Amino acid sequence: MTDMLLRRALFSGLIGGMAGLHVSLVGMVGTFQSRDLIADVVTVGTIMPMLIAILVGWQAGGPLRSAGLVPGPRDALALGAIAGAAVGLILAALAFLIVTFDINGILANARPALAEILQFGQGPLVGSVILILGLGLFGALGATLHLVPAALARAVTIGGVVTIIVALMEPFLGAVLRNVNLDLIEEFLYASGGLTPVGFVLVFALTAGGVYAWARRGGEVRERVAALPPERRRIGKLIWFAALGALLLLLPQIVGQRLSEVLGTVGLYVLLGLGLNIVVGFAGLLDLGYVAFYAVGAYTTAVLTSPASPAFSPELPFWGALPFVIVAAAFIGLLVGAPVLRLRGDYLAIVTLGFGEIAREIFKSAWAQPVTGGAQGILSIPAPLPFENDPQSIYYPILFFCILAAVAATSLASSRVGRAWNAMREDESVAEATGVNTTNYKLLAFGLGAAFGCVSGALFASKIGVIFADSFNILVSINALALIILGGMGNIAGVVVGALVLVGLPEFLREFAEYRLLIYGAVLVAMMLLRPEGLLPNRTRRAELHEQDDIDDQYEEEAGGGTARPVVT
Amino acid sequence: MTDQGPTPPEAQADTDALLRADKVTMRFGGLVANRDVDFEISRGSIVSLIGPNGAGKTTFFNQLTGMMKPTSGDIVFDGESIVGRSPHEIVELGIGRTFQNIRLFGAMTVIANVMVGRHTRMKASWWASLLKLPAVREEEAATRKRAQELLKLVGLPRRYSEDWAKNLPYGDQRRLELARALASEPKLLLLDEPTAGMNPGETAQMTALIKRLRDELDLTVLLIEHDMKVVMGISERITVLDYGEKLAEGRPEEIRANPAVIEAYLGKQATTSS
Amino acid sequence: MPGRRFRLDLVTIFLWLLGGGLVLLAVVGSFLTLTQGRISPASWQNLIIAGVALGSVYALIALGYTLVYGILFMINFAHGEVFMWGAFTAFFAATALDDAGVMDSSPLVAFALVLATAMLVSMLVAILLERIAYRPLRGAPRLVPLITAIGASLFLQYTARGFYGSGVRAYPSYGLFDGNLQIGPIRMSVEELVVIGSAVGLMIALYFFINRTRTGRAMRAVSEDKDVAAMMGINVDRIIVTTFAIGGLLAGAAGILYTLLFNQVNFFMGFLPGIKAFTAAVLGGIGNIVGAVLGGLLLGVLEQVGPNLFLSGYGIPSPNQLQDVIAFSVLVLVLIFRPSGFLGRKEGV
Repeated sequence: MTDMLLRRALFSGLIGGMAGLHVSLVGMVGTFQSRDLIADVVTVGTIMPMLIAILVGWQAGGPLRSAGLVPGPRDALALGAIAGAAVGLILAALAFLIVTFDINGILANARPALAEILQFGQGPLVGSVILILGLGLFGALGATLHLVPAALARAVTIGGVVTIIVALMEPFLGAVLRNVNLDLIEEFLYASGGLTPVGFVLVFALTAGGVYAWARRGGEVRERVAALPPERRRIGKLIWFAALGALLLLLPQIVGQRLSEVLGTVGLYVLLGLGLNIVVGFAGLLDLGYVAFYAVGAYTTAVLTSPASPAFSPELPFWGALPFVIVAAAFIGLLVGAPVLRLRGDYLAIVTLGFGEIAREIFKSAWAQPVTGGAQGILSIPAPLPFENDPQSIYYPILFFCILAAVAATSLASSRVGRAWNAMREDESVAEATGVNTTNYKLLAFGLGAAFGCVSGALFASKIGVIFADSFNILVSINALALIILGGMGNIAGVVVGALVLVGLPEFLREFAEYRLLIYGAVLVAMMLLRPEGLLPNRTRRAELHEQDDIDDQYEEEAGGGTARPVVT
Repeated sequence: MTDQGPTPPEAQADTDALLRADKVTMRFGGLVANRDVDFEISRGSIVSLIGPNGAGKTTFFNQLTGMMKPTSGDIVFDGESIVGRSPHEIVELGIGRTFQNIRLFGAMTVIANVMVGRHTRMKASWWASLLKLPAVREEEAATRKRAQELLKLVGLPRRYSEDWAKNLPYGDQRRLELARALASEPKLLLLDEPTAGMNPGETAQMTALIKRLRDELDLTVLLIEHDMKVVMGISERITVLDYGEKLAEGRPEEIRANPAVIEAYLGKQATTSS
Repeated sequence: MPGRRFRLDLVTIFLWLLGGGLVLLAVVGSFLTLTQGRISPASWQNLIIAGVALGSVYALIALGYTLVYGILFMINFAHGEVFMWGAFTAFFAATALDDAGVMDSSPLVAFALVLATAMLVSMLVAILLERIAYRPLRGAPRLVPLITAIGASLFLQYTARGFYGSGVRAYPSYGLFDGNLQIGPIRMSVEELVVIGSAVGLMIALYFFINRTRTGRAMRAVSEDKDVAAMMGINVDRIIVTTFAIGGLLAGAAGILYTLLFNQVNFFMGFLPGIKAFTAAVLGGIGNIVGAVLGGLLLGVLEQVGPNLFLSGYGIPSPNQLQDVIAFSVLVLVLIFRPSGFLGRKEGV
């Protein structure tokens, strides 16, 4: 076992240890201790150091490409164990510190309770040993992923991730199962907030098995589907869409009231995401002040429809106010777009950020109070008839607009407009020199983005019934940006996935709510470092962001491996 | 009452000149990139613009296409002054160009690149595109067809259509850029070093292609070139720039023998040593 | 000579109307305020001094932005968090010193120690940022490092919240920094004097560092042309780290000075000053060191004096609520009308 591999293992362990420290001191381990992942076996809190150990073990036991070294099986396990143990050592040191010195005054979470968690309640000596050895074991486990065939490793990893997600989604899935009278299954799978041990094994086996089977046989299935006559495929697609549609329509009934509310919020953010996607993803203009559109839509609706609105008297119904919302959107879209036309990426971002903040401050100010209600906001905003204010009802208009927006965005993407945006995004001056009126197309992007944002704001106002200026802050913009980045810009499915993960998940995982933005920040950085094109990337995006990879792929192709040909969907 | 008498010489010159530049000057602060350049190109001709590196040729192109605005002087294209117009307007008026260091939209497919080229000749408005009206769908299909034709015209195989533009081999990238420029149905085609980096075989192909395009598509071609064989072989007229000024102008044989031109390229020794 | 077409571009007209309108608003407002005489000269003086003090803080933070931009042509969006971390961590040092009685017995020593702690922590955070989040992304398209910076900013904010708690903490006060002074015709608080004095001292130190040391010369070379500097044997990576480090040091100092003026720290305190300092850097011309200083001072004064000067003339209730609007409006106006700032910026990629 060479020096380099050993050093890398120790380094990985060190990094993992830092991550473990961070996660502990920021309070996540402590807070999540109250939630079981696998009932009576392990909590969400304790699984975190374990996952970290697995990750560093995987890193340490793998090949070191830059030196062309590949550790043999025994070495890999040893390296993994060392890395994991290093993490354990650092965490044990933390526990020791907590118990010996009083650092609670500085680090709010460095309390004896934390030490107890880290030491598995076994006291300093025994606990530390268990920690170090245990994490060493998990590190070795991580390393084993390199020792099994790649398909199996992949299946196991995906299986693990999905199972953990299923466990975390207990409040949601449990409620759904109970709602559709599948109580027996619910009891079988879930207990005390997490999966039962049996349930865990079952879900894991099914998922990992499924992924593995697909890896082996999936190619055949896909070929057979592709070989079907186009008529058959058409019908298949229709059935698929019909099923999806039916599911979407029935969803509020299936999931119950509380979760319908969550889905409604997810829908609002899907709308925001689709709109921001046009500005950022299609046209390449990084808008950090997107919340301004949201606010304008919400306030326009509130002012025009609410009986409590101070300035405007005869109340319009929601649908009657909608045209005004669109007009306001066009106006504000141009207002925001015009000044930033000539600005480059970073400056554009900051200016739009400024706009967002200006909007909020103005809406909140005492000066604008006669119209916007100032800091008190506006109350009693009615729902869009014939729907009512209750979550299961308001879901439908939101769904309707989401579908509308998705269709519109898809149409645009594959049209002359979409091509012009793509060109502009890639090389503005050449796009202009090829005949694209970049000024107009930028304004169009802002206008359309504003329209989507304003409609979402209007729906938000109706859904909640009251609005306050402070809810329209930069975090909304960052939320929207984070979700399209996570999901993959330029891609409808990506936006939906992003919204579900970043907006939906925190609602289901209430303990996470406190750490939501911390996780956002980490996710943004991680995504940019590892996978800037998002989880479900758009082909063009991937092509744009992985120049070197394509060159590598080309060489690989010439040498007889892999394919690099894109398939246009 | 009809027009009698001889047509004034100015008007006569105008009917032949597709593009005319009058005393075009480009200053970047203290640096003068082009100084009082007078230039004319008549319809249907192939003209080359040559000169040592840094002579201001690409800068001149940039002014012709609206990417830069001349500090002073005028440029008249097909009877209209185009100084101060934005690049996309100039494309609409009928000037197309390629770039010295190929500037394709690498992360778009080959055919998408050409279809973007046709942007100005398409009519679909944004809301019509949004609604995917049947007229828009027809136009898309027609554009795609035309793009395929152009690819064929420049010699790119059909099977490349859906590849990423950046994955094409070098010579094919140049062809693609050409197809993109042709997609806007230009009257005047500006080519900036179209054979740079090519071997003699490819160069000959490109030269033949340019001639063919001029004949088939009724184009006027202005090219910047360094390869003297190409220049001498294809040009009907040559203009020479040096240090931002026009040094000489005329038919290829005249330019070849012009001592000032030789000196500009090869230095004083060359003229005195032979 | 044939006429060159004069293009009247709709967008340009709109922008000029908007900008002109805002400026007109400000001028008329000032006129009204001054003629109404609601605010006494002494009050104006207080506001101006307060503005200079605040501006000095902004200037120090702005220097961090400008130095990084000069070398990497990127906006270190997370720089506000660098500022916050220094101030917040040093809070614990200050509390410890207070408990030990040092604050009262030797306030200058206490101040120096607290300052050192903050500067060190901020420097560390800045270096970590560069190493982890920015260095791997050096060649990436524009959007990517910007988004990373935003993510890093969030991460740093909420880590501070997690570690230190979400509450607002009040800084203990240093023994002899209470009270006011009279220097000639000018009346200011001791704290304001310390702030302005320290800031000036640091800026002078920076000046000497950049212009009189080898490393400073290397920094200037790298900001001129990275590749050529590398060819001259300069370790560009190390210089970049140094730049971040210096920005961090200055931001940490700014953090302590900020607490002298406002006495409190909390995890969110970096956001607004960060943006305002960025505005200041742009105002003076991003990449331009003198510009950052002048921009900071100008912005500080504008922020303190502005609301009262521009708005109270109109009878707007509590104009200070809108002080951030003024700062942001300045940012927007500058970026639109004179993105190169007053003293000119570095020509970027």
